[in-house]
Amino acid sequence: MSAVIDTHGHGHTDHDGHEHHPSGLMRWVTTTNHKDIGTMYLWFSFTMLLIGGVLALTIRAELFEPGLQIVNPEFFNQLTTMHGLIMVFGAIMPAFVGFANWQIPLMIGAPDMAFARMNNWSFWLLPVAALLLISSFFVPGGAPAAGWTIYAPLSLQMGPGMDLGIFALHIMGASSIMGSINIITTILNMRAPGMTLMKMPMFVWTWLITAYLLIAVMPVLAGAITMTLTDRHFGTSFFNAAGGGDPVMFQHIFWFFGHPEVYIMILPAFGIISQVIPAFARKPLFGYASMVYATSSIAILSFIVWAHHMFTVGLPTAGLLFFMYATMLIAVPTGVKVFNWLATMWQGSMTFETPMLFAVGFIFVFTMGGFTGLMLAIMPVDVQMQDTYYVVAHFHYVLVAGSLFAIFAGTYFWIPKWTGIMYDETLGKWHFWLSLVFFNVTFFPMHFLGLAGMPRRIPDYASQFTEFNQIASVGAFGFGLTQLLFLYIVLKCSVLRKGEKAPARPWEGADTLEWTHLPSPAPYHSFHEQPEVK
Amino acid sequence: MSEHAQRHYFVPQPSHWMIVGSFALLFMAGGAAMWFNGAELGRYAVLAGFALLVFMMVRWFGDVVRESEGGKYGKREDVSFRWGMSWFIFSEVMFFAAFFGALFYARVLSVPDLGGLTSRELLWPDFSGQWPSAGPAFKDPFSPMAAWGVPALNTLLLLSSGVTLTIAHFGMLEGNRAKLKLWLFLTIALGVTFLGFQMFEYHHAYSELNLKLSTGIYGTTFFMLTGFHGFHVTVGVIMLTTMLFRSFAGHFKPDHHFAFEAVAWYWHFVDVVWLLLFIFVYWL
Repeated sequence: MSAVIDTHGHGHTDHDGHEHHPSGLMRWVTTTNHKDIGTMYLWFSFTMLLIGGVLALTIRAELFEPGLQIVNPEFFNQLTTMHGLIMVFGAIMPAFVGFANWQIPLMIGAPDMAFARMNNWSFWLLPVAALLLISSFFVPGGAPAAGWTIYAPLSLQMGPGMDLGIFALHIMGASSIMGSINIITTILNMRAPGMTLMKMPMFVWTWLITAYLLIAVMPVLAGAITMTLTDRHFGTSFFNAAGGGDPVMFQHIFWFFGHPEVYIMILPAFGIISQVIPAFARKPLFGYASMVYATSSIAILSFIVWAHHMFTVGLPTAGLLFFMYATMLIAVPTGVKVFNWLATMWQGSMTFETPMLFAVGFIFVFTMGGFTGLMLAIMPVDVQMQDTYYVVAHFHYVLVAGSLFAIFAGTYFWIPKWTGIMYDETLGKWHFWLSLVFFNVTFFPMHFLGLAGMPRRIPDYASQFTEFNQIASVGAFGFGLTQLLFLYIVLKCSVLRKGEKAPARPWEGADTLEWTHLPSPAPYHSFHEQPEVK
Repeated sequence: MSEHAQRHYFVPQPSHWMIVGSFALLFMAGGAAMWFNGAELGRYAVLAGFALLVFMMVRWFGDVVRESEGGKYGKREDVSFRWGMSWFIFSEVMFFAAFFGALFYARVLSVPDLGGLTSRELLWPDFSGQWPSAGPAFKDPFSPMAAWGVPALNTLLLLSSGVTLTIAHFGMLEGNRAKLKLWLFLTIALGVTFLGFQMFEYHHAYSELNLKLSTGIYGTTFFMLTGFHGFHVTVGVIMLTTMLFRSFAGHFKPDHHFAFEAVAWYWHFVDVVWLLLFIFVYWL
């Protein structure tokens, strides 16, 4: 620590910044460069993806056949909880923030993020949070085991691991809020001259709205877990009916955060897809303005649908009807987006490089997740499917085939700009096809399991569910191993630096500023002089 | 875009303070998790982490102040700071919204439900479900906090402090430093008095009203809402004091003093939260 603290020779702030960039580890620790920080976000996210993936594979190994084989039920609950928390807060969200860091300044022609130091802190809070969260496995009572939703009263009854989880969430929330303030301010204040709001690339638009959602709901999550903490240790009665509170109140507050949260994890994915498809269809995005309005509508609607996660908790009928119809309304702007992507491809001169494969794959598989979501939105139907594997299938279709596939699409799309080296197209195609097949092998059978009545979050099941579970487990291991191929492809570009040198504009249909104005790789400091946008 | 032609956006050099802050939060969070579960050692980790956090903020913000006074920030940076502070206050609004939501939920839904027909006849025959309530299982009698004593006085204090702060701001705009310092000092004095009354009120609640944090949902919402507000007032007072010291140090210009304005925005926000607290926690 002392080595960190006693250096203070940076009062010479000449903003041209040609001097005193630490090298080695300290370059990454002290950096204020959006590209460095974006890179760290992306590697952090991939590390968390692997950790969360190992937890998922342990779950699938246990569920390969009925009975208890590998883990005991208490630990199984920790696995499902930690898998969810790590994937949501450690893998998916930081990955999109990594994209935002790299791409937003490049796409709007800004020299860096608006608050470069705070940007560093937003990132460096994440390893702290991850450390706290993962260390909870090693305290008495183990990791949080109440599900990623940490519902009261279960979360009130657990050991110190729950406190570590709560503090980890607090810190990740602080990171998200600071990151979002930075992103919003950058977008609103640092666009190149001439780039009006309605000329911004779709990816920037989706992140503007996502950042708004994050600032609106992360503090609500902080409130909910603070209440959990005081109920656990300081005798408050928020979630205790004997004291006049209500465990159901936790669900309301949590899902007021939680539903916008799921859009936080998909809107930037929509943004990436909206960049990739026009580039490979060699046509401008169809219905740009309607895309903007659809994204905004989704964001607004996301605040008034939360109780569709609580259809079986015992709400008044009027409430159930309201939340059912409001939820179904979301299908309209989402449909606008899907049809716009299809119309963008219509009569385009398309080629299918890996980013485009992932984008088209995204549309197919994400739309299936959207349809199952629509079915779950139907309250009388949901009563049958609540807490079954149907729900698990649904949200993995939107989170893995939605968010994660978009992250892959975006990585392949931009890695030539980031590293200056083209990825291996053959391996990329293998990665796509293996991912698509194994994804469906893993999660498609879960629809049948759920409809047949298999509950989620259980380590053991009735023997009639065996075959589908075995198929799912085989698929899961295939999917997990496939991601090592992705790791190799990325390492080949970024660390091994093997492969064709990337031209400034490897995709002839891509027309945003990072392709038209910057070489590949993008220089460490870009857009010192802002370009003029016509 | 004239400022664009003049100069580039300020991008700071690499800095060490952020990683120091991360370690501070690691110590605080890890220490609190130990402390809350009975390991006394955790308390020292929390204290050490907090000290480190304060040190980090002093040094980091010190850098920002030096940059600001050194003329590194122009119009464009100023706009960034304005957006940044606005969105930060919005996040605070949402944080308080969660706790107000809990209060309204308890008053409108959970407590009346517990006093409703089914629960009452089956479980709690003598529970009425009237607010203020500490829930059906709470047998220890308590008195709620009355609105028209100290709380009303506190409302007056905070509202006045909004006015004095605005007068101080006028002093700043006119370049009248004496006016700035005097009225800023008065604002801080009003804030500190508010906090003193608040501490007196808590003492009164614990010693005479038998009203505690653990007094069911009433005690819970009362102390958590007023407590978080009090914490924000404390932070506000610290920030105002910093502004006072900076005024004495000759910082700020009539057209370049966003730090002061940001603190004023924050102070007014805390003021508005108090008005809502006064209405929904104390009065109605």
